Amino acid sequence: MNTLLQVRELTTRFHTPEGTVFAVNGVSFDLGEGETLAVVGESGCGKSVTMLSIMGLIPKPPGEIPKGEALYIKRDLLKLSDAEMQHIRGKEIAMIFQDPMTSLNPVLSIGRQITESLRTHLGIDQKAANQRAVELLEQVGISEAARRLADFPHQFSGGMRQRVMIAMALACVPNLLIADEPTTALDVTIQAQIIELVIQLREQLGMAMIWITHDLGVVAGLAERVTVMYAGYIVEEASVDDLYDDPRHPYTLALLAALPRVDLRRERRLKSIPGAPPSLLVEPKGCPFAPRCEYVREICRKENPVLTPVAARHKIACWVDINSGDLR
Amino acid sequence: MESTTAAPGSVARLFPDELETPPLSLRQLTWRRFKRHKMAIFGMISLILLGFYSFGGMLLFSEADANFVDTKLILQAPTAKHFFGTDTIGRDILARTIYGGQISIIIGLTAMLVETIIGVVIGALAGYYGGLIDSLLMRFTETVLTIPQIFLLLVMAKYFGGSIPEFELFGRTFSGSVIVIILIIGFTSWPYLARIVRAEFLSLKENEFILAAKAIGTPTSQIIFRHILPNSAAPIIVSATLGVANAITLEAYISFLGLGVRPPTPTWGNMLERAYNYIESAYWLWLFPGLLIALIVLSINFVGDGLRDALDPRSRAI
Amino acid sequence: MNQANRTLVRVENLRKYFPIRRGIIIERQVGAVRAVDGVSFTIERGETLGLVGESGCGKTTVGRTILGLYPATQGQVYIDGQPVFGAKSRDMLVIRRKAQMIFQDPYASLNPRWTVDAIVSEPLRVHQLIKDPKMRSERVVELLNLVGLSGRLVNRFPHEFSGGQRQRIGIARALASDPLFVVCDEPISALDVSIQAQVVNLMEDLQDKFNLTYLFIAHDLSMVRHICDRVAVMYLGVIVELASRNELYENPLHPYTRALLSAVPIPDPKKDRHRSRVILRGDVPSPISPPSGCRFHPRCPIAKEHCARLVPDWREISPNHWVACHEA
Repeated sequence: MNTLLQVRELTTRFHTPEGTVFAVNGVSFDLGEGETLAVVGESGCGKSVTMLSIMGLIPKPPGEIPKGEALYIKRDLLKLSDAEMQHIRGKEIAMIFQDPMTSLNPVLSIGRQITESLRTHLGIDQKAANQRAVELLEQVGISEAARRLADFPHQFSGGMRQRVMIAMALACVPNLLIADEPTTALDVTIQAQIIELVIQLREQLGMAMIWITHDLGVVAGLAERVTVMYAGYIVEEASVDDLYDDPRHPYTLALLAALPRVDLRRERRLKSIPGAPPSLLVEPKGCPFAPRCEYVREICRKENPVLTPVAARHKIACWVDINSGDLR
Repeated sequence: MESTTAAPGSVARLFPDELETPPLSLRQLTWRRFKRHKMAIFGMISLILLGFYSFGGMLLFSEADANFVDTKLILQAPTAKHFFGTDTIGRDILARTIYGGQISIIIGLTAMLVETIIGVVIGALAGYYGGLIDSLLMRFTETVLTIPQIFLLLVMAKYFGGSIPEFELFGRTFSGSVIVIILIIGFTSWPYLARIVRAEFLSLKENEFILAAKAIGTPTSQIIFRHILPNSAAPIIVSATLGVANAITLEAYISFLGLGVRPPTPTWGNMLERAYNYIESAYWLWLFPGLLIALIVLSINFVGDGLRDALDPRSRAI
Repeated sequence: MNQANRTLVRVENLRKYFPIRRGIIIERQVGAVRAVDGVSFTIERGETLGLVGESGCGKTTVGRTILGLYPATQGQVYIDGQPVFGAKSRDMLVIRRKAQMIFQDPYASLNPRWTVDAIVSEPLRVHQLIKDPKMRSERVVELLNLVGLSGRLVNRFPHEFSGGQRQRIGIARALASDPLFVVCDEPISALDVSIQAQVVNLMEDLQDKFNLTYLFIAHDLSMVRHICDRVAVMYLGVIVELASRNELYENPLHPYTRALLSAVPIPDPKKDRHRSRVILRGDVPSPISPPSGCRFHPRCPIAKEHCARLVPDWREISPNHWVACHEA
């Protein structure tokens, strides 16, 4: 598989009146063509900021990307100008967000918003763009597509709006779709519909996907590989089967143990992780998970572990081997 | 390291340093945002100076000085002895502006209190209860609003101007018209605030913490005054601040037209009245009180603008 | 204990309609949102009843109406034998002491201008349970300790706390009046996964300690399975199925329940891949004019002709397993 995106040591900070927010601290990962990568973590872990940084959507100031590169087909996205990024955004790399009500312009019709993207990036005329827009809406399962081109966002339900977002994102058949918690705000049956749609489209169009979520259930059904983030770091990266079968990082282990199951009888209490995630205003020193970790050692508090392989295509950032209890 | 599996009777403890102490409290944040407005700081300083001028000036000039009539010195231009000159019956203008300032400021503050209390009560009841009460109160409010305030003031001033006799307070004599002016300004200025408060209450009462209070069984009066009102403080504070400026200006208007505060009590406004016939010939009669009025109104407006931005709920840390 | 005494909460044919008014000068009622349209159930002392459904099903309205926060359009609710609707204000105050609520949004359910002490002690003041202010403050510290917060935090304001901590404050407040019954309206939906486990464990401990009865309203079916004894499934204002926990999840009878359960993501990739999913078509219809007959029939995969005409009976298909479906 060819590599589509190569991110190395991406570091993003925000300078606020309260201090510097260390949002992303040296994140590195690869994404192959057509591959689906899930980025999992709780709020504040930096998963959204990482993707927004790659897409050039971080306002600077107060944001700052002091280090790192994001190589997309040999070009470093972090070094491109805004004008150059505009050519890539929407056309080669598309992004969809959690709340379609705020991502869609409420005063423009859906048709107008889809065709605008088409015309800007593909340079086709209005008639052709309208035709293509109807095709797209049908593709995402919106019935009476031709009539609905003239409708406005508020006339669609939450699930349908998200379908429209997907249609817009895929209009120019991008190489990569970045989805930031697109189903978090949706009902579970609607979420299932959307995920089924996305899987279908993935088969048809073959695009790569980065799916950001906190829901370890959604990840299991959708991703090929998973990275787990905590406090701005990647703490574990593995294939989806390996992550659930053989989690190696204490945080991943703890997250999985804290999940209730809809398919299993209750055996015991949920194992909660004591404490809370660290404040991002403090410059990280040592492993960020150390204060809450069951397996913590002296070295964990002093030095931050680097992401290193433990098995084939399975990396963790940890000093301890949780199976043996010893230092690695 | 503790886990939180608690046996009954024991306590699940969090780490003491876990509390997210924000570096700044709400009050500090608000002050910091206020400081960013240079004009607001200028306004605040100038108000403090004007306060010192009017109330501290009592130490330099007695009230008798302000009322002392020296017919030999009628209409004198500013001199070293009479810094701001003398008026049509020979009184020192500087001293009069000091005492006049006291009255103007007091009228401003007190009228603002009257208007704020009325406006808040009406707005709160209308916003909280809605329905028929809201309709009735709002129709009443709108009626008062449609009548031009100046007109209302003039009519009320003409009829009630002399109805309260002179009174003594702190060993000084005040014309009863001061009270009348305060009341009529207060009674005609409240609609603006009532609408604002009503809007705040309409939106705040939908909040979950209000529902929580109802679920607890909190009586309605406590919900209105202890729950909702503190959360609508920001627009009330801004409105009250600007209300002081408004009251001072209104007092100047009606005094200038001869219907305001009656002698012997000086105000910046009624000093202007005397000056009308001497606009060109004796500029010092109107220049100094006029400047002071302009300065105080401007300063209050700057402070009000700064407060409005500083208290903006959207930038509040939640 | 005899049968009647064991029942703490009885809901009989509860209906709550919200009128829709139109008009410029004079408003007239043109329709109604039938948020709750005939709901009946009981809750035994010490039990946790789960109420699940997707957005718009009316579960939150049920919770609020049961406590008398909304006046019922029809029907009656009995809490500890006392009727809620039509109660005199003195009796209502007693009910409010015995029945409390925990809210979904930790950011909106605490008055931002009040200190923690004021918030938690409000029930004590309103019900005049402790007249002496000093003793009240001591009780507040006790309550905070019970939920795992330090007593030193009494003079802080809500915005200084994290979401999980605020939720704990809300729980402390709910416990202040020593209630028998607590309506938990999506108490953990707004929290991170690892904090959800903390709060759920806390709620279970408190239930054991104080013999509380919970109505647990949620859309997270996995969590509901974990902590509820019995579960009721709502759709468009009515309950469609009610059974004990394992019975509902292992043997769902209503087609909507089946679709709902199959849509819940399972954090186990191998299992997830081999599931048979029932994907529902379309969106939830509007509660303003629900479909005729069985409300679910437009989206039901096994709907027959009579389903559109006849409203299904509420039947006990197997012991303690109730369904409203013609085809069950």
